[in-house]
Amino acid sequence: MDMQVAKKKLGLKEKYQVMTRDLDWTPTYQKMEDIYPYVQYEGIKIHDWDRWEDPFRLTMDAYWKYQAEKEKKLYAIIDAYAQNNGHLNVTDARYINTVKLFLTGVSPLEYMAHRGFAHVGRAFPGPGPRVACLMQSLDEMRHFQTQVHAISNYNKYYNGFHDFRKWHDRVWYLSVPKSFFDDAITAGPFEFIVAIGFSFEYVLTNLLFVPFVSGAAYNGDMGTMAYGFSAQSDEARHMTLGLEVIKFILEQDPANLPIVQRWIDKWTWRGYRVLTLVAMMMDYMLPKRTMSWKEAWEIYFEENGGALFRDLARYGIRMPKCAETIAFEKDHLSHQAWCTFYNYTAATAFHTWLPNEDEMQWLSAKYPDSFDKYYRPRFDFWREQAAKGNRFYNTTLPMLCQTCQVPLFFTEPGDPTKICYRETDYKGMKYHFCSDHCKEIFEHEPEKYVQAWLPVHQIYQGNCFPEGTDPTAEGFDPLKAVLQWYNIIHGRDNLDFEGSEDQRNFAAWRAQATRNV
Amino acid sequence: MQIDLRTVTIKPLRQTFDHIARYLGTDKPVSRYLEGSLGIQPKDVFHYRPTWDPEHEIFDVRRTKIRMKDWDALKDPRQFYYGAYTSARARQQDTAEANFDFVESRGLVETLPEDVRQAAVALLVPLRHVAWGANMNNAAVCAYAYGGMTAQAAIYQSMDQLGIAQYLTRIGLLLGDVESLAAGKQAWTNDPVWQPLRRYVEDSFVVKDPFELHTVQNLVLDGLLYPLVYDTIIDQIFAARGGAAIAMLTQFMTQWSAETRKWVDATMKAIVAESEENRTVVQDWVDAWLPRAKEALLPVAAIAVSEQAPALLDEVMEGFAQRLAKIGLSA
Amino acid sequence: MSTVFIALQTNEETRPIIEAIVEDNPHARVNEAPAMVKIDADGRLVVKRSSIEERLGRDFDLQELHINLISLSGNIEEDEDQMILAWKN
Repeated sequence: MDMQVAKKKLGLKEKYQVMTRDLDWTPTYQKMEDIYPYVQYEGIKIHDWDRWEDPFRLTMDAYWKYQAEKEKKLYAIIDAYAQNNGHLNVTDARYINTVKLFLTGVSPLEYMAHRGFAHVGRAFPGPGPRVACLMQSLDEMRHFQTQVHAISNYNKYYNGFHDFRKWHDRVWYLSVPKSFFDDAITAGPFEFIVAIGFSFEYVLTNLLFVPFVSGAAYNGDMGTMAYGFSAQSDEARHMTLGLEVIKFILEQDPANLPIVQRWIDKWTWRGYRVLTLVAMMMDYMLPKRTMSWKEAWEIYFEENGGALFRDLARYGIRMPKCAETIAFEKDHLSHQAWCTFYNYTAATAFHTWLPNEDEMQWLSAKYPDSFDKYYRPRFDFWREQAAKGNRFYNTTLPMLCQTCQVPLFFTEPGDPTKICYRETDYKGMKYHFCSDHCKEIFEHEPEKYVQAWLPVHQIYQGNCFPEGTDPTAEGFDPLKAVLQWYNIIHGRDNLDFEGSEDQRNFAAWRAQATRNV
Repeated sequence: MQIDLRTVTIKPLRQTFDHIARYLGTDKPVSRYLEGSLGIQPKDVFHYRPTWDPEHEIFDVRRTKIRMKDWDALKDPRQFYYGAYTSARARQQDTAEANFDFVESRGLVETLPEDVRQAAVALLVPLRHVAWGANMNNAAVCAYAYGGMTAQAAIYQSMDQLGIAQYLTRIGLLLGDVESLAAGKQAWTNDPVWQPLRRYVEDSFVVKDPFELHTVQNLVLDGLLYPLVYDTIIDQIFAARGGAAIAMLTQFMTQWSAETRKWVDATMKAIVAESEENRTVVQDWVDAWLPRAKEALLPVAAIAVSEQAPALLDEVMEGFAQRLAKIGLSA
Repeated sequence: MSTVFIALQTNEETRPIIEAIVEDNPHARVNEAPAMVKIDADGRLVVKRSSIEERLGRDFDLQELHINLISLSGNIEEDEDQMILAWKN
């Protein structure tokens, strides 16, 4: 038998070709549009799915091998961290609040990404993108679970973690990330992958993970650092998928350009609004700062994103038009957000505090054009008031943006002393927005955004009290009832860090670990 | 020697997350499987309806005819969370790699009787496409089923099937060459022998109910296909005809089907045990698809075992009927 | 010219990889962040299998990079022997 001689060795690309897209065939017993019913209605024209360039050519055997190796390393660190009470090695207990924000705000999105990528993977008739999307769906399950498993140990010892699943669905500020992802997954498959694969994963994810994870490492949180970096190693694959998707869609038909450009404009802005929470975390919540939000934005968006958009210029893609607004806001975003959360900390599942003098000096140095002029005086004033026993808690519910659902606290482009309000009328109702960008997003798809479940509206409509609550009863305390419905335990999960149970326990446990008491 | 290990003991405030404690009725430490799987899918407060399916919420019980009081009852007895899943598959792929190496390095393909080699290529190569269809169907189960338990296991099943399609491709390249893959695809799309099976697979692509799809693909089709092709034709008949090397190359599939059957049976059993209505719904699905699967597999088995095929298929059907009976269904 | 980058975890496995990348890309700049090394380069960055193998003293599959990879930017071209990150502008 001379079969051996005739056999040619396949290169990486050819091998991957027979291992993935060659598995597909053109069906004849059922119509394509019945098997793939979701790929027409967005107006994206794909003429030849075979032109798809595979980003990373990972077959399942290699995938299992490398991912299992990553998991083994990761869980060894998570176990050791728990066994050694690693949480007592973080710089100071305020740091733990960043982890709360992550579990309640980000981890549930990883879960949604798992389901969303399964959906678009099934929806695309092209075998190349299908395999990449399904692999990402599997990865996202990993991210969700490793985060839950790593943070589980924090939940045992600290407040603000215990009902994260419910909080993500119900709590006012968490509706910002939740509605972001609901928006993406309810869009068509092409928009979803541009939104998440490109705008979020490629353009913005470095801003979420790298500073957050470096911040964890810098603040002694090895558990978070381990899952963060481990997740990032998958992100590199996901980012590359995001970039390939854009190039593929644009190369298929010139008519796709305006649609894609609008999605990039929309989703860069939507994603950026969600990152408000990250900005505030970087500048205010990490006891040891790695870099400021502004610096991170400059490196990861202006520099890297700039290179990306110059590269895409050959397809006619331009920088998202919100970039200018964001460039203005970068001096203000984190400060305005933290001030707002300081006001509303009675209704949050994490603690807030006023920056101390050292921290304010750092903020002045990082934000020479804005901090001393606009924000330091506020902190000084609040500190003075608190010292007099007048700690200010805002109990009036804020107006929320109909699109991004962030309270209207952002200021006018060009005037950081004036809150930015926009509104529009639709079918006899008035809708409010934080910015021109959010207003424009609404106006393009009003039927979608009128559906939004706005937490403040819902509270006022009486939908956020425990069953059987009588709001007309004497002495009815709406905030208390809302917190009960949220299952945020008043006095434990919320309010100032100063005087919190977390602060007391951490101090006592650390003393037990380091001294003979 | 006595080792006195002193560590700092601090008392936890709680043992697990509230949604898990509420489900179990007690706050106690739970396995990583449960902690990463129970109640993970959002159930309410969806902001927008899918533009691709405006009749439903993002996750909606009305996508299926099955009714469950507790969707988390559809647990995976293998307790696969991502870490456990990849670790299990990495071990299996290690063995598979060693098996491929062994067959290749000892030149075992050259020692195969030519008729067995040809029959194996003719049988196994087109099955790449069946596995690819199963990858797609399980992606749909993951995307549209209600409940995190089912969705999670379905993405594992989906990617397992992609892995199987890739192992079958390697087997095709090892027992044949690139042209064998092309010939296999040609047979899959044109040869009358494969058309009933291809029709079954393509018809399953338009099934909308995710639990019907689970039944059609994971219970019925794979429930017959794997015992017939891998356990019977390859492990018994080919092995007896001097083709034991082929059984080494398909060991992954044999073990995999024995393992995943536990998940399929546990979920089907829980669904059927829930109510008489559920049982009737699933029984109707089985009644509609099982005869088609049987009919489709008969000519496929004949490729390898010619006139023995009907008897072998009857034997497999007998085993499958027993399996259905344990679930609470009938053949 | 636009910058591309690759970021890797800092550990025993990546030490020879980073050395190889630095040697193969004299124009690259190495930035060490906590637990991470980020290598920036103008225009183009190449990761060569042979250079890594030389330092490791064993066969290396470029896909092993995934285990310790944190992030990257640029268009990717990958074959058995090298991975190139580049911007086309």
